[in-house]
Amino acid sequence: MTGYLGDVAALARKDLLVELRTRDTVPAMLLFVVAALVVFHFALPAESSRLAASGMLWIALLFTALLALVRAFVGERDQGTLDGLILAPCDRSAIWLGKTLSVLAFLLFAEAVALPAFALFYEHVTWELVAGVALANVGIAAVGTLLGAMAAAARARELLLPLLFLPVAIPLVVGGVGATVADDPGRYLAFLALYDLIFAILSWASFEYVVTE
Amino acid sequence: MISASGLGRRFGDRRVLSGVDLGLERGGFLLVTGPNGSGKTTLLRLLAGLLAPTEGALEIQADRRRTGFLGHEPLVYRELTALENLDLYGRLYRVPERRERTGMLLERFGLWDARGEPVSTYSRGMLQRLALCRTLLHDPELLLLDEPFSALDGGGAELLQAELTATAGRTLVVASHQPDRIAPYATQRLALA
Repeated sequence: MTGYLGDVAALARKDLLVELRTRDTVPAMLLFVVAALVVFHFALPAESSRLAASGMLWIALLFTALLALVRAFVGERDQGTLDGLILAPCDRSAIWLGKTLSVLAFLLFAEAVALPAFALFYEHVTWELVAGVALANVGIAAVGTLLGAMAAAARARELLLPLLFLPVAIPLVVGGVGATVADDPGRYLAFLALYDLIFAILSWASFEYVVTE
Repeated sequence: MISASGLGRRFGDRRVLSGVDLGLERGGFLLVTGPNGSGKTTLLRLLAGLLAPTEGALEIQADRRRTGFLGHEPLVYRELTALENLDLYGRLYRVPERRERTGMLLERFGLWDARGEPVSTYSRGMLQRLALCRTLLHDPELLLLDEPFSALDGGGAELLQAELTATAGRTLVVASHQPDRIAPYATQRLALA
């Protein structure tokens, strides 16, 4: 188990180091999410409901996540380094988990800017919103990383990933918006946690079949 | 160590490799030759486990932990330094004393002075040397090398030749369309058409 976690840590550290050097993904995510919230701010009528504002936030977060997911395996596929990782004697699910953790870190960076911006333009951030975003992050990163690996093998990966990911992410939006605006957020937070659990296990177990030909 | 019968691979309707029979004992040296497009790279990727055969049977009695593969790509991250790349692979392969082993290989292949530079600044020849360091890092007992001499200058080629011929007990499969340098050491040949 220590060896497995060591592999995961080494792989996640590698992704963070690459991002630190290239700054390809996180700055684009930050700019996108802030720009989206500003545009939605002017697009929504002044008397628009809390429900509408919350929906806009979740759309912005989902599309921001897509930026990270599209880029997640680009380096590995373009430079062929995925072969190097597949050949290594580590469990292949460790590749998925390392990548999921790095995507999760990128999402947290983006949300550390997005949530204060949401508070500035729309309304205060509640603990239910923070809990919903935290739980949705896990689901987005888990299933998105698996689908990102599938899409990266295709020529039209930038087109394929949204087509694969957005339908699967609908329950995350339902749970996230529900947790933010419903009178009983606990039910929706539990739904998000269940989604995370199911899709994390499915992604963890099926990653090996996605990356081997 | 390697046994294959009727081995083949298709990509869609295109048959890239077919009917390959081979048996290679532990410590043997198989030289695979053939023109471009004859399936040398596909055969090595099959032996490495990067591809699954679509025809025939393949059996390899080697630990994944002790298999080294050198393909057309160096399989290193261009944004990281040579040290960072080898440290990553050293961790994944559980290389004992990986820092010492990394340093020794970088010295031997003439990359020690460039060890802290991002790999993106390396020349093609330096990349090939680094790829060889990565391939040899975990002291593999089965080495699968696809055109290993490409991009190497005279000094690099001599180093590689010495490495290939010096280690007793290591099983080698080398694909090359310019086999003159290593042909005398091969114990078996496979010519793909």
